[in-house]
Amino acid sequence: MTITINHYLIVSFLLFSIGFLGVLVRRNFLTVLMSIELMLNAVNLNLIAFSRRLSDLTGQVFAVFVITIAAGEAAIGLALTISLFRQRKTLNVEEADTMKG
Amino acid sequence: MKNALFLVPLFPLVGFLANGLLYALGARPARRDFKHDPHGEQAAAESGKDEGHPHAHMHGETHPRFKSIHSFIGVGSVALSVLFAFGAIFDVGVGTLASGGSHVITLYRWIALGVNQSTSQVPGKAAEWFVDVALRLDSLSALMIAFVTFVGFLIHVYSIGYMGHDRGYGRYFAYLNLFMFSMLVLVLASNFLLLFVGWEGVGLCSYLLIGYDYHKKFAADAGKKAFVVNRIGDFGFILGIFGIFALFGTLDFGQVFATAAATPERFAPYLTLVCLCLFVGACGKSAQVPLYVWLPDAMAGPTPVSALIHAATMVTAGVYMVARCNVLFRLAPDAMLVVAVIGGFTALFAATIGLAQNDIKKVLAYSTVSQLGYMFLACGVGAFVAGMFHVMTHAFFKACLFLGSGSVIHALSGEQDIRKMGGLGLKIRTTYITFLIATLAIAGVPFLAGFFSKDAILAAVFEAHFSQAPWLGKTLWAAALFTAGLTAFYMFRLVSLTFWGTYRGSREEEAHIHESPRSMTVPLVILAFLSIVGGYVGVPIVKGGDQIGKFLSPILLPLAGGEAHAHEAAVSAELLLMAASVAVATVGILLAFFWYAKGNGEVPRRIAAAWPGVYQAVYNKYYVDEFYDAVFVEGLGKGGGRLLWDFDRSVVDGAVNSVALLTRAFSWVASAFDQYVVDGAVNGVADTIQAGYQVFRKAQTGRVQNYALVMGAGLFCVVMAYLLFR
Amino acid sequence: MTAASNVLLTGGAGWVFVILSVLALFCAVAVVVARNPVHSALFLLAAFLLVACIFILQQAEFVGAVQILVYAGGIMVLFLFVIMLVHQRTVRGSLAFQNQFDVALLFLPLFLAPFLYVLGTEKLPEIPSTPDALRMIGGRVVGNTEAVSWMLYREYLLPFEVASVFLLVAMIGAVVLGKRTMDKVD
Repeated sequence: MTITINHYLIVSFLLFSIGFLGVLVRRNFLTVLMSIELMLNAVNLNLIAFSRRLSDLTGQVFAVFVITIAAGEAAIGLALTISLFRQRKTLNVEEADTMKG
Repeated sequence: MKNALFLVPLFPLVGFLANGLLYALGARPARRDFKHDPHGEQAAAESGKDEGHPHAHMHGETHPRFKSIHSFIGVGSVALSVLFAFGAIFDVGVGTLASGGSHVITLYRWIALGVNQSTSQVPGKAAEWFVDVALRLDSLSALMIAFVTFVGFLIHVYSIGYMGHDRGYGRYFAYLNLFMFSMLVLVLASNFLLLFVGWEGVGLCSYLLIGYDYHKKFAADAGKKAFVVNRIGDFGFILGIFGIFALFGTLDFGQVFATAAATPERFAPYLTLVCLCLFVGACGKSAQVPLYVWLPDAMAGPTPVSALIHAATMVTAGVYMVARCNVLFRLAPDAMLVVAVIGGFTALFAATIGLAQNDIKKVLAYSTVSQLGYMFLACGVGAFVAGMFHVMTHAFFKACLFLGSGSVIHALSGEQDIRKMGGLGLKIRTTYITFLIATLAIAGVPFLAGFFSKDAILAAVFEAHFSQAPWLGKTLWAAALFTAGLTAFYMFRLVSLTFWGTYRGSREEEAHIHESPRSMTVPLVILAFLSIVGGYVGVPIVKGGDQIGKFLSPILLPLAGGEAHAHEAAVSAELLLMAASVAVATVGILLAFFWYAKGNGEVPRRIAAAWPGVYQAVYNKYYVDEFYDAVFVEGLGKGGGRLLWDFDRSVVDGAVNSVALLTRAFSWVASAFDQYVVDGAVNGVADTIQAGYQVFRKAQTGRVQNYALVMGAGLFCVVMAYLLFR
Repeated sequence: MTAASNVLLTGGAGWVFVILSVLALFCAVAVVVARNPVHSALFLLAAFLLVACIFILQQAEFVGAVQILVYAGGIMVLFLFVIMLVHQRTVRGSLAFQNQFDVALLFLPLFLAPFLYVLGTEKLPEIPSTPDALRMIGGRVVGNTEAVSWMLYREYLLPFEVASVFLLVAMIGAVVLGKRTMDKVD
């Protein structure tokens, strides 16, 4: 089976779009966060593929950074979740519409 | 002396200013100055006789010192005028004047229009037109100023006595002087415009002097009436002046008449209208039908005023003007016809009214109107010289008559009704004799002044020939003859009722009867004398007797291509005519004597009772005044005023109001437009945006996922765009 | 050494990749679809592991290892902690999905179509590639980890430090945000 860079791109894109869909669709805040992680992973996949193609380590280094940032962002997001839960007693994103209008 | 001609009108003007100023600045007595006037106004007001009487003076003595100043200035100025007038006449030379010489002195350029101002050439075109204040002394004006100043002087002297007890003494003399000034300007003027200035001036003074007793309503009304009726005549006169200017391009007498005489055929077609307009003015000023109505009412003024203005001078201004313009009139035979007919008709008409009047001054007033009719009749048939002759003799005897009546009134302390007089001949001798002489003169008794002048007129009328109506000449003569008889009759009726018979007044009045002072009787004597000798300048038939005719003939310029003289009658015809007029006069005198002096008025009373309608009509002056009042005053004046007021209210105000309504409608439309369209647009924009944002607001759900969806959609669009347009 | 760069895997490795990617995609879908958040978390964990395998397949061993350590070992643990903490229950049916579910689902194929088309048909240019470039430092083959760290501490030192500062900030932030009570200001 010959796998070209295109395949990698398609996979990464599909992963990304699933994650995007999850952000749009899910009502639970935690699930939304998890979908965001998925999107980040898709990006990493892309980076690695291109790194291989271009025989350049930059892609991998970058992917490391992405992971780092993802970790930090997940930490913050989860802390926010807890804080949100304490305030509203709900994790329904649809109810976070105080900026409505 | 002749260059000092301007002094002749100037002296009375100065007198007017001085007297007027003095009076205005306080020469009047104080209202209740009992110290100075023992007769006091209150006393006068309480005396019932003066109150109701039409001719009571405003009692209240002027301070004696002021009185003498006023008289001195007033009489003195006119005396100087007399001197200078005669001086100028003799300086130029009676002979020179008689042979057509004229002396013109130009005082200054009054109206100067156009380029050619420095030369004294008479311009032909209006671009070089000018009017000078210039005085002209020729035979006609010399005659006029001679008797105007002299008679005026006598009347001024008379006034000292007559108006002695009057409050407004200074005012009276001021006005009288102003009148003299205006009359002299009128007579001496050398162009139509200056003549008109004098014309208006005498009209004004007539108003001022008739309404002298302005406290009395009928006097004030009479003054107004005189002025208004005069004004109607003046309107015609002005139109005539316009016509003359339009035809000749100048208003100077010399130029106009010379041009007209030299080339009559150029002007003749238009002159009828112009002369008729001028004659309208003469009718107003000289009280001819239909503008005579002011003269009888003018008797409300003081008697010397009546004598001066309404007998001797102002009323003759019309005749003077017609005589002055004889060249123009002779070129307009139709106008002459009108003049003659109106003159003759007025003479007869006024004489009939005079028959039934009971006020001494009214009789004399109608007599004046009648005699003026004679003068115009003479002018109308072409006998301008005869007309002017009669003007002069009439001035003498009519002034004498008026002053005499004033003397009678003064003697009776204000009584004017001849029914209450009688038998005064023995009591006031001087007055009676002078009055009688003047009456004989006016009646046409031979060898007195009136005889010669009236006879000249009758002769001329008899010989008159009108191509339009050949029967007219003799008819007018018959009417004039009959009028002469009527004149004799009513004048002797007056004399009989006043001086003959027995006194019909009350006892205490009879006790008060006194002769007038010397200041009043001396002028009477002088005038009576003139009434006798004044006619000898115009003796007919006798060779060289017609001095006045010779003297005045130059004013009758020869017309190119026309006849130069009026018809001359044959000697025998003349004598027959004279006999006829004497006969008629005798009949009149005898009738009056028998009916009134001897018969105590029995026969006239029966006649009046037999024909009450006729008597009433004549006594009430044929109701002419009532007719004028109804038609002109009520009808045109007030009715016209009402009509105009209604017009103003309905049409004019209607127009204005509808404009206002239109404006309001427009403003409503504009406001509606502003409210609905403009504000609608503005509010509409705001409302649209407001509605819009309500829609867009829904996009702000506050949910991040919704925003993310939209972002994704946007991304998709961008990518699609890129892909499609790569 | 010039080799066609576009081809990344051949033969059996290719099939491995296919299996791995299919499984990863399936797990991803499961994350999105699962009602129970714990299920979502576990499926996510599986996805992470599978993606790490794909990384290793591409000679990115270090990144793969880091993925497993950080993502699977750290982040997922965190997630699970929080899920436990907030007591999320299984939500039934459609209540798991937002109101815009229909719109989003409708939008998905539109989103996918052009990208997939492009990505599938795009012919990227061929460039020469060095087979062991990912594990060499200056020509010496030292292994992927060493090569990556060589890059990390030389060319990308600054971003490295910045990343550590970021982690510090995140740590502090998380602590602050997670404090139990903040006095309410009335």
